[in-house]
Amino acid sequence: MTGEGSFAPTVAVTGLNATDNPGPGVGVIRCLRADPDFRGRVVGLAYDSLDPGIYAPDVADRVYLMPYPSEGHRAVWDRLAGVIDDARIDVVIPTLDAELPAFIELEKDLAHRGVHTFLPTREQFDLRSKTRLEDLGARCGVPVPRTRLATQPRELFQAAEELGLPIVVKGLFYGAMVCHSLDEAVASLHKTAAQWGLPVVVQQYVPGEEYDVSALGDGHGGMVGAVPMKKLFLTDKGKGWAGVTVGEPALLDVTERVLRGLRWRGPCEVEVVHSKKDGRFYLLEINPRFPAWIYLSAGAGQNLPAACARLALGEEIDHLPPCRVGTMFVRISLDQIASFRDFEDIMAHGRIVRDEGES
Amino acid sequence: MTHGAWRLADLAISDSGFVFNPRTGDVFTVNETGRVILLMLKDGIGSGTIAESLRSRFEVFDEDVSRDVDEFLSVVREHGMCAENGEEP
Repeated sequence: MTGEGSFAPTVAVTGLNATDNPGPGVGVIRCLRADPDFRGRVVGLAYDSLDPGIYAPDVADRVYLMPYPSEGHRAVWDRLAGVIDDARIDVVIPTLDAELPAFIELEKDLAHRGVHTFLPTREQFDLRSKTRLEDLGARCGVPVPRTRLATQPRELFQAAEELGLPIVVKGLFYGAMVCHSLDEAVASLHKTAAQWGLPVVVQQYVPGEEYDVSALGDGHGGMVGAVPMKKLFLTDKGKGWAGVTVGEPALLDVTERVLRGLRWRGPCEVEVVHSKKDGRFYLLEINPRFPAWIYLSAGAGQNLPAACARLALGEEIDHLPPCRVGTMFVRISLDQIASFRDFEDIMAHGRIVRDEGES
Repeated sequence: MTHGAWRLADLAISDSGFVFNPRTGDVFTVNETGRVILLMLKDGIGSGTIAESLRSRFEVFDEDVSRDVDEFLSVVREHGMCAENGEEP
């Protein structure tokens, strides 16, 4: 736990799937370790025995295999309770969209067991849903693309008529396809529905430069910190493989308005497009967690995950210092030699303990 | 929530001609002449004076220098680094 001059909690972090479409877990953990005062331990919570973050020995001190959130909150809690007993966790930072409802619901149970979180309420979580973007824009005073919902082609055609082509078809949780024709839109509707269910989100296409802002809200309408980034290189899945921090004040303004409007508590990623047509900055969506590129925040001098852990533990943090503009990241893909013993431990026992004898 | 006039003063220009716009994250490279022009624009020097300076600095006697500077300025505007009006040097 924290003490004077030390910052030594045991922090559990999810999302160790550091693939070509990475989860944020490894980045969050690297941020914690980059905090010069951090003397704690890190526990990785993984969903797949081959999540690459499991096998990097300098990432997690311990790793536990978790049931998928789709198995239900009770299954998650049963496993989590065992992990808490085994690893004596002080803070948990969930990093994946799909698991957040479970962690939000379990917040009180976790607190009862001495595990701290810094998460939005269920109401805040629901308000930032893609399906309610227009309400959110009005509430926060930020422009948003016009948005409709569709469950069948007829509704899609109607939305396309109202919004005008091209349109963007988005899944409820993930994915976005720009469609220039109705044929393309129908194909996207079916593909998105098969992956992410119905309805799909149909959005006005706003051409322009896209930016992402990783931010941390204090839960009272304040912004603890925010790191705006422009992607310099995209993968074929549209994921940022390189990026640079930028200093455009309008990006911080949009983010501040969103955090204030939602009284957001915890991490988020705000996606914004600078319209080529009218020069305005449109809010595209809000992801309720840290992004995969979050290590940039530590590199840019504004360590948001470390601040999140401190806030969860009840420390007072007003504002972090501004991030350094022009800080760049380039993701690297490399083959990591993995310990076969680790593989055996996670497969056979569902856990890896690297800190035995240290605690 | 629109851009204000782009501020040329914000541009980071290296000795090699690598230019970074810290507001947009845009990066590009310019040759030595372009670098000199951007540095003068950052200092608030107008296009007429820039053309004069280029003539003497690079010993160019061509009358087209003024037109070339104007063309360069229009490219700078296209990239959103100075306003169509207002911040025009």
